[in-house]
Amino acid sequence: MSNATIDQKPVVPEEIKSFTVTLIIRRFNPEVDDEPHWQDFDVQLYPTDRVLDALHKIKWEQDGSLTFRRSCAHGVCGSDAMRINGRNRLACKTLMKDLDVTKPIYVEAIKGLPLEKDLIVDMEPFFASFKEVQPFLMNSVTPVKGKERIQTVAQRARFDDTTKCILCAACTSSCPVFWTDGQYFGPAAIVNAHRFIFDSRDENAAVRLDILNDKEGVWRCRTTFNCTEACPRGIQVTQAIAEVKQAIMRGKA
Amino acid sequence: MTSTIEAPRSPYSRSTKKSGVNWEKWGWIYMRVSGVVLVVLIFGHLFVNLWVGEGVSALNFAFVAGKLTDPFWMVWDILMLWLALIHGGNGMRTLVNDYATSRISRGILKIAILVSVVALIVLGTLVVFTFDPCPAGAPADLVASFCKSL
Repeated sequence: MSNATIDQKPVVPEEIKSFTVTLIIRRFNPEVDDEPHWQDFDVQLYPTDRVLDALHKIKWEQDGSLTFRRSCAHGVCGSDAMRINGRNRLACKTLMKDLDVTKPIYVEAIKGLPLEKDLIVDMEPFFASFKEVQPFLMNSVTPVKGKERIQTVAQRARFDDTTKCILCAACTSSCPVFWTDGQYFGPAAIVNAHRFIFDSRDENAAVRLDILNDKEGVWRCRTTFNCTEACPRGIQVTQAIAEVKQAIMRGKA
Repeated sequence: MTSTIEAPRSPYSRSTKKSGVNWEKWGWIYMRVSGVVLVVLIFGHLFVNLWVGEGVSALNFAFVAGKLTDPFWMVWDILMLWLALIHGGNGMRTLVNDYATSRISRGILKIAILVSVVALIVLGTLVVFTFDPCPAGAPADLVASFCKSL
């Protein structure tokens, strides 16, 4: 047996430095305030922290009245869409290292929906237009007992992009037409209509195309690409809307 | 005390009645088609007026008068006039639909747009078709060269 001593020091991982970040949050408490106002908080954070962690630190350590929605905290439930530095993002997917922390980070509720408290908006108008496009499979034929509805890989790939939607409202509340026009369906509803319009197993594409051919349907889209830029799932939203427009003009999916 | 913030969007009132012609769809198609045609027409117009031959220094009354007696340029200009004004008017209409929240202001603004578009189209069309390239008594050096032979 060798008596070799350990003369090497144990490898100490390089310490990751934390830094102070200023968050400026648009607060509104309907029981006290008449108008929303901006309030700033200083938080000690690591580059690997997310905006959601910063909000948690504020709520748990500084001001328990800060109100925001979050559920899974991992970019799947779509609860914590908010406007971060003027762009619609999920707080749980926005890392500090991707933001310019030398400047304050502005956080506010998404636009275009009625503000209820702090970062919480009333999502009901958003879901109302989602419901209106009938986002469920409609098929009159019952599959053979014990069998599934068969679909080729290519048929599935046709609408794959729009199946990724988590209904966080980041796209719809980034749309300048939706901001003011209470009639427009908004990108998210059209994305979810697209998901069924181009599904080979669905029989009612014509019904949905007719709904979206409305005066306030897809034709209100101004192709500004705000929705595509905002989507946390990387859905090509504007392209999906354009495909629905094409389908309406051709009269079929 | 409880205060509520005014809802940011105009109230929801989607009409259920379906008229025969979907104007919104045809408006959208018009914008796409006229946009492509206008790119050709406008850049062609700028190229001929500002670039070809002597360039911008060739522009004077005689140059314009000469163009407005050529049937080719009359068709070109009339197309550009109608397509551009309707394209612009329709674009303004969509902006009004987006940002004017009350029914009355929307109506007033849209009527104002319609009136100005119609007025400009009528005036422009009159100019293109009733233009006199050789006004009586004009000095010869200011009018087109073909006026002498008249």
